[in-house]
Amino acid sequence: MNKAFGIINFAGNHIKVEGLQDYRPVGAFSFLGRYRIIDFPISNMSNSGIDNIQVYVRRKPRSLTEHLGTGRHYNINSKRGKLSIMYTESSQVGDIYSTDIQAYIENLDCIERMPQPYVVIAPSYMIYTADYSDFIQAHIDSGADISMMYHSVDNAKDAFLACDTLNINKQKGVLSIEPNRGNAKNRNIFMDTYVMTKELFLELVNKAHKTSSMYTFADIIDEECEELDIRAVPHRGYFAAITDFKSYYDANMDLIDLKNAMNLFGDEWPVYTRTNDSCPTQYFADSKVTSSVVSNGCLIDGEIENSIIGRGCVIKPGAVVKNCVISADVVIGKGVHVENMMVDKHARLIRGKRVIADPSKPGYVKRDDTL
Amino acid sequence: MKQNNMLAMILAGGRGSRLHELTKKVAKPAVSYGGKYRIIDFPLSNCANSGIDVVGVLTQYESVLLNSYVAAGRRWGLDAKDSGVYVLPPREKSDADLDVYRGTADAISQNIDFIDTYSPEYLLILSGDHIYKMNYAKMLAYHKECQSDATIAVIEVPMKEASRFGIMNTNDTGRIIEFEEKPEHPKSNLASMGIYIFNWKTLRKMLLADMKNPDSSHDFGKDIIPTLLNEGKNVFAYKYKGYWKDVGTIDSLWEANMDLLSKNNELDLHDPTWKIYTEDATALPQYIGADATIEKAFITQGCVVNGEVKNSVLFTNSKVAAGAKVIDSVLMPGAEVAEGAVVTRALVADGIKIGKNAVVGSADSENIELVAKRVKGDE
Repeated sequence: MNKAFGIINFAGNHIKVEGLQDYRPVGAFSFLGRYRIIDFPISNMSNSGIDNIQVYVRRKPRSLTEHLGTGRHYNINSKRGKLSIMYTESSQVGDIYSTDIQAYIENLDCIERMPQPYVVIAPSYMIYTADYSDFIQAHIDSGADISMMYHSVDNAKDAFLACDTLNINKQKGVLSIEPNRGNAKNRNIFMDTYVMTKELFLELVNKAHKTSSMYTFADIIDEECEELDIRAVPHRGYFAAITDFKSYYDANMDLIDLKNAMNLFGDEWPVYTRTNDSCPTQYFADSKVTSSVVSNGCLIDGEIENSIIGRGCVIKPGAVVKNCVISADVVIGKGVHVENMMVDKHARLIRGKRVIADPSKPGYVKRDDTL
Repeated sequence: MKQNNMLAMILAGGRGSRLHELTKKVAKPAVSYGGKYRIIDFPLSNCANSGIDVVGVLTQYESVLLNSYVAAGRRWGLDAKDSGVYVLPPREKSDADLDVYRGTADAISQNIDFIDTYSPEYLLILSGDHIYKMNYAKMLAYHKECQSDATIAVIEVPMKEASRFGIMNTNDTGRIIEFEEKPEHPKSNLASMGIYIFNWKTLRKMLLADMKNPDSSHDFGKDIIPTLLNEGKNVFAYKYKGYWKDVGTIDSLWEANMDLLSKNNELDLHDPTWKIYTEDATALPQYIGADATIEKAFITQGCVVNGEVKNSVLFTNSKVAAGAKVIDSVLMPGAEVAEGAVVTRALVADGIKIGKNAVVGSADSENIELVAKRVKGDE
């Protein structure tokens, strides 16, 4: 049996992605054509040998539950392991009471029943790959109460603005958790990823719940920094946080470069997702595709440049798709020029021949919409 | 079994020796096709889509990979209760010694016990090495309508090619009156597709008799069908229209892949109502580089294209480096073409690497070049 079970937390109230989030939680966002964001934390856990995973959702669970299913496609043993979807019912998004602590309290009995002595907590709105078995072992070896993962960045003035940062001393002890106020370039961005004993986790959840109804788990940790031995563990490799529309678009765009993608995906670290049984993509005689990431099941007649194309899209003759993130099952009609846009699932761009946004402010086409 | 009381048996023991190195380690039904599939995905998906719950797969030649591949019935949705894909290699029994399958009919005879456990009313016999989409439920409806003892699926072939096939001569009601194997002077152009529906009780009796017949070669085409006709049984031809290909040679395998490149091709793998299911590969989406040129291609996940791809099919995880050209060719899973190499009218086998600036195949070759060994380049 593995030493730890996993908790995948929902994106908190400070995360707002215009457009996409109206239809599904951040974890269920399509990413890089064939994935959904939640595939990353679940694959990380599965590859690390964690096969008891609780996924917390608080609204619009349909697309997420459909995608997760039994968890079999994540290589989770269907007898010894389990992927559970944990609902929280009592609160609304944006509601001050709708916190992760509230969700844990509502499902306390399920957490108490987990037989593993440790818990790894990871977010559903961040994209990275990491081996949690190393993380857990380092935590045990250090003798610390809690270990937290962070990523050092040099662009914290313009990015990761909705993220927390870790204030760390020379011995990698965590002194406090602070919001990124965007006033310094170099920051240790907190990856919302923790390991600790189940016992301590439950103790902190109860304490937070008693202290304040609007406390989040990060709030109680910040308060306990002086009392507890909390260590910061650095992460290397690709890291993105999907905290708003721009960061979602940029993260997709980043990974068009295969070098960046290789920093995220490794041969030894498969990222699993649900198959759609779509056939390969067909490129016709007049298609022109460069610098792009294309999923299966597409029919391509037109031109695609620097874009991500989801499964089963149709790009008609004379269409031009440039700097776009196109979700699954989208039709770009004859002669339609679409540029600097994110086009959500099932949308059909037929009549409006020029759908172009400013490159500094990419646009959004709604799910199921016809333009 | 509940859905239509028909059990399917897929004959997948063939070696396919005319596919040379491609079938050195795997049986022909396990050969890759169409970017992400294996040939046997077609009959298995057809079964799943036709509402058949139990499928036996008769394996013999180099069956290790094939056995493990088809045993995962979940891939085709054949994993509900009372449903499944069963791998049936020859086995030793309490009343019979271990014996290879002596022919297509013998393969079924040796598994009468397996079939009996489901006591189906109808038995569907399929071949594991044909590429086509077919609704067997429609064929069964026709079988019932004609009150047949056996129904054989046929396809119209050009008259001048008819002498390469098993030809069915029918009367005007569609009843088969004569069967001729590769006739020199064919009387009809209805070729047998090797797809049969039998009333299980009738076939069972015949198989038991056939097993004891020392003169029989225990083959459906050579023994069982002629006997049925001689006995005056009701045998009807079920006309199939659509794409159907027996990929027996490197040239025909290449051709079947090339067929996928034309617009509105008959096989139509994009059809959402009749999907072909296969193994779920954990691979990245396709990466198309800044200097890539792609013109008429069928490309699947895991591929990385930085060079030129023209009129070609790229299988899972195959790679075309910058400055390389792949023209009128098929790159099987994991094949890699290095910088500056040129591949023309070739079929590059699984995992084969073509080195820097190497030249493989030629535009005016009569046959397709099979590349089954690493080709060294200027490194």
